[in-house]
Amino acid sequence: MAQSKHEMIEKSVGWMIVLTLLTVSVGGLVEIVPLFFQKSTTTPVEGLEPYDALELAGRDVYLREGCYNCHSQMIRPFRAETERYGHYSVAGEYVYDHPFQWGSKRTGPDLHRVGGRYSDEWHRVHLINPRDVVPESNMPAFPWLDRPLKTDIAARMKALTAVGVPYSDEQISGANASIEGKTELDAVVAYLQGLGTALKTVK
Amino acid sequence: MADFVSGFWNMWVMVLVALSILFCAIVLLTNMKGEKSETGEAQLHGHVWDETLCEYNNPLPRWWMYLFWITLIFAVVYMVVFPGFGNTKGIFGWSSAHGENSQYAREMKAAEERYGPIFAKYQNQDLQAVAADPEANAMGQRMFLTYCAQCHGSDARGAKGFPNLTDSDWLYGGAPDTIKTTIMGGRQGMMPPFGPVVGAEGAKDLANYVRSLSGLANDAARAQKGADLFAQNCAACHGADATGNQAIGAPNLADKTWLYGSSEATIVETVTKGRQNRMPAFAEFLGDAKVHLLAAYVYSLSNK
Repeated sequence: MAQSKHEMIEKSVGWMIVLTLLTVSVGGLVEIVPLFFQKSTTTPVEGLEPYDALELAGRDVYLREGCYNCHSQMIRPFRAETERYGHYSVAGEYVYDHPFQWGSKRTGPDLHRVGGRYSDEWHRVHLINPRDVVPESNMPAFPWLDRPLKTDIAARMKALTAVGVPYSDEQISGANASIEGKTELDAVVAYLQGLGTALKTVK
Repeated sequence: MADFVSGFWNMWVMVLVALSILFCAIVLLTNMKGEKSETGEAQLHGHVWDETLCEYNNPLPRWWMYLFWITLIFAVVYMVVFPGFGNTKGIFGWSSAHGENSQYAREMKAAEERYGPIFAKYQNQDLQAVAADPEANAMGQRMFLTYCAQCHGSDARGAKGFPNLTDSDWLYGGAPDTIKTTIMGGRQGMMPPFGPVVGAEGAKDLANYVRSLSGLANDAARAQKGADLFAQNCAACHGADATGNQAIGAPNLADKTWLYGSSEATIVETVTKGRQNRMPAFAEFLGDAKVHLLAAYVYSLSNK
């Protein structure tokens, strides 16, 4: 009897697919799905605003250049990290991030609270050639960033409203005009300078 | 911390977890029996492939089966002592960062007990006394390398646009308290662009004039013209004698120190486009105790 059931599963592709899917989905159903119904992961922290047009454009450049490959945006609750980077990250800070930029490896430092840590001028010099300010740095130079920003950021913002980012119609209609004449460098710097500033460092 | 929007999700997690463990246990129980015939020979599965090819139906290897049981028992024990089974907190009451007794809070408390008194000792001392203390300087240097070296360099000699802290030339003043004020509150450097006012030729004249003040090679005729332009446009901030004004961070232009460079082309660029730079404020991030040590360290660099 047991043998016949086994045979049924092994020989019927349909049953095999259904039961395999059922088995592998348990982990996700238990560990991922409930997070969508948890206040701390779905409610923005107080003071968190969606990225403005320039910051969002800078974020896209950040993705395009693959910054997440070397920089995480996730400060863990360990003293060694909070001493260096500031208050540990909380889930409510990422609710407008689609997709999030947590990263998985730190070749460079974490950037989640880099906002305001350095001057705009420092970021400009550093992105164009990191070794001009940090001689020991092994970060690649991004000299091409100083070029005009060409992107339909309004369409991007509109797409984000579909996943729950609360952009107003005025923000979207004025978006493209607000980034007129800006460079990619301006955008990345604006994005970086806003990172992690919603939750104030508590010391 | 599980703060679900409704109790349903709590039950959802608990039921699925319990069922999964139960299911694994049942699968294991129904398959752990050794299926050997009375003569001790292993039985065969019913399938036959390619005419004669069969498969033994041997019992599960013991070591593998025990590992599986251990895993299941571990899962149950883990669920009892640590949070994870729905909203249960676990009998250890462990938490990563929430609450007074979380792992993070305990780590911070232990560090505060160990290092707090050291910081407090120096915080109550005069900055000059701290600057003369080797242990304090070692602490200051470590913090400098973490928080300041990105702009000022690991040797504190700065970079183009980022001041050298080892010399005796100061934009805002090098007194110990002034250094501390700078670190705590930050500084906003702002040289307005003078291109529209003095024009390209005027900028060159000015560059030659300020170069003449520091004894650098210059065109005397241009420097002459530049002197007038300087008096009209620049003296308000940099002073009539061009020695600067530390109250507003206007650099001394009559010395040998150049923040952005002393070449004619660089000075023309500075005059034409202006310069903007900012020293970020560290009061909120680092707090008074750490800044106190940092200020003393920076002071010690140029006051050995």
